[in-house]
Amino acid sequence: MRDRRVLALAGFAVLLAVPLVLPQFYLLLATEIVIMGLFALAFNLLLGYAGMVSFGHAAFYGLGAYATGLLLKKTGAPFAAAFLAAPVMAAVAALLFGLLCIRLTRIYFSMLTLAFSQIVWAIAHKWYSLTGGDNGLVGIPVPESLSTPRAFYLFATACVLLATWVLWRLVNAPFGRTLLAIRENGERAEFVGIHVKRVQLAAFVISGGLSGLAGGLFALFSRGAFPDYAFWTKSAEVLLMTLLGGPYVFLGPALGAAILIVLNSVVTSFTEYWPVVLGVILLLLIYVFPGGVTRLFRRSSAPSAVAAESP
Amino acid sequence: MLEPGFLVVQCLNGLTQAMFLFLIASGLTLIFGVLGVLNFAHGSLYMLGAYLSYTISSLFVGAPGAFWVALLLGSVGVALAGGLMEALFLRPVYRREELDQLLVTYALVLIISDAVKFIWGPDNRSISRPAVLAGSVDIGGRDFPTYNLLVLALGPLVALGLWLLLTHTQFGRLIRAAANDREMVGVVGVDVSRLFTGVFVLGAWLGGLGGGLAAPVGAIYPGMDVEVIAESFIVVVVGGMGSLSGTLLGALIIGQLNAFGILFFPRFALVFVYVLMVVVLVTRPWGLLGKPLAR
Repeated sequence: MRDRRVLALAGFAVLLAVPLVLPQFYLLLATEIVIMGLFALAFNLLLGYAGMVSFGHAAFYGLGAYATGLLLKKTGAPFAAAFLAAPVMAAVAALLFGLLCIRLTRIYFSMLTLAFSQIVWAIAHKWYSLTGGDNGLVGIPVPESLSTPRAFYLFATACVLLATWVLWRLVNAPFGRTLLAIRENGERAEFVGIHVKRVQLAAFVISGGLSGLAGGLFALFSRGAFPDYAFWTKSAEVLLMTLLGGPYVFLGPALGAAILIVLNSVVTSFTEYWPVVLGVILLLLIYVFPGGVTRLFRRSSAPSAVAAESP
Repeated sequence: MLEPGFLVVQCLNGLTQAMFLFLIASGLTLIFGVLGVLNFAHGSLYMLGAYLSYTISSLFVGAPGAFWVALLLGSVGVALAGGLMEALFLRPVYRREELDQLLVTYALVLIISDAVKFIWGPDNRSISRPAVLAGSVDIGGRDFPTYNLLVLALGPLVALGLWLLLTHTQFGRLIRAAANDREMVGVVGVDVSRLFTGVFVLGAWLGGLGGGLAAPVGAIYPGMDVEVIAESFIVVVVGGMGSLSGTLLGALIIGQLNAFGILFFPRFALVFVYVLMVVVLVTRPWGLLGKPLAR
């Protein structure tokens, strides 16, 4: 068992090293996959583990992007501070939004997350003097040492691996088990003495903070931050990645992100009609292989209750 | 700047917008109330309504009544498309979790948006108003488009029609019963799947009618679908998901908030409506006139 795990880790390390020897196009693609993979993993802490369907995670991703971008572009903040501001800012916002959101359940919870994220989007979209409005915040300066695609890929991968490790530890700790218990039956969890709302809020903040980290990384990667990062379609995108990969396997969402980004890159090289392809994939996902691609390979520990039942 | 005539016109502008919002959101709320499905593709139906009206009216250019024929045929076309959508795509997933139903409608958003781009191209289109309504009327020394008077009249008319339908017809009674308890309606021998299709067709028709009516006012462009769906969600959530009178109230509030928000805070009117959505969800999650979800 232990050997297999070491082998898997080694294989994973090789997979991450491969883009370094490939042409630059693939390196950029891999960077995008790594960053969006983190976003999907962070999102899935809520969807897969806590059973909370957020329609507004773009808010945290966008806030992270703008926090890092604005600090680097408009102030002389040191890089480390500006970069760390992404998860911190997003986590603070997640705490504020979360305090109100977790009081609601099901569709009302989803709608409130959506409303908050649309507020973030509307502000980013309209506050021209600060955010550049719909033109976006462009020309974010990046330190010399990260300016090559190769260096940035290594940097992003290191950050994402660290964050993934934290998430992995969390979901396998009592905290993760508690989340599953709440997802399966919140009422019963309450009976055995779990402070359900507090645990849900903690998950919301962690998930939001790490989504912000992904946003900050992407702002550095694209040297820009745009209102679209916080628009509801971005929330739909991460939801799609997560479901495509499979929310009930830890790395499933990251796999979903990889599949979607690679497919997008292939399809858009032939045709501009990517959305219709995405729509058809989504329909296949629902009718043909529910549970995501990871379900095709193994019978996973899917929940007995529906995911949308709690919080 | 704030003379009475101007305020009245601004208020009427808000009312006009409210009537548009009501037409679109009433279909959304009806479908949610009965089928329990949050239809992301409702904005796409609205967009289809606008494009179909455009194509049909361009077939009869210059003919009197072209606009009305286009409005009628366009919205009926959207209703048929909605019926197909429901029967082909939604029917298989009613027994699945809510998220799956939502994803089906989102997939349809993506597919329809590309279909529209494919058929009509990426450029903006526009329809001219019917000749009788092309001018404007004088209200307190200000111009107010005559066309908006039509919208102001049609909104309450549709609301009244829906109310009569719901309270005075067999179909309406079934709709209200199904909104209350779907299973029981099935148990007493009603063909629920036909009822669902009927409701979806009606909801789609309302969306298409909204699109056709809005077409001469704003531009017709790919992307109008995702914009309008966000606005309709606000209206429906504020008024109460599943409540028709709530949707009317929500539309009236959002319309005025937009009209006067733009006046005083041109940049952040958009923020206000979302803040209102947050306030309502936090204090009364089921909306101003809605009922708490029982299931």
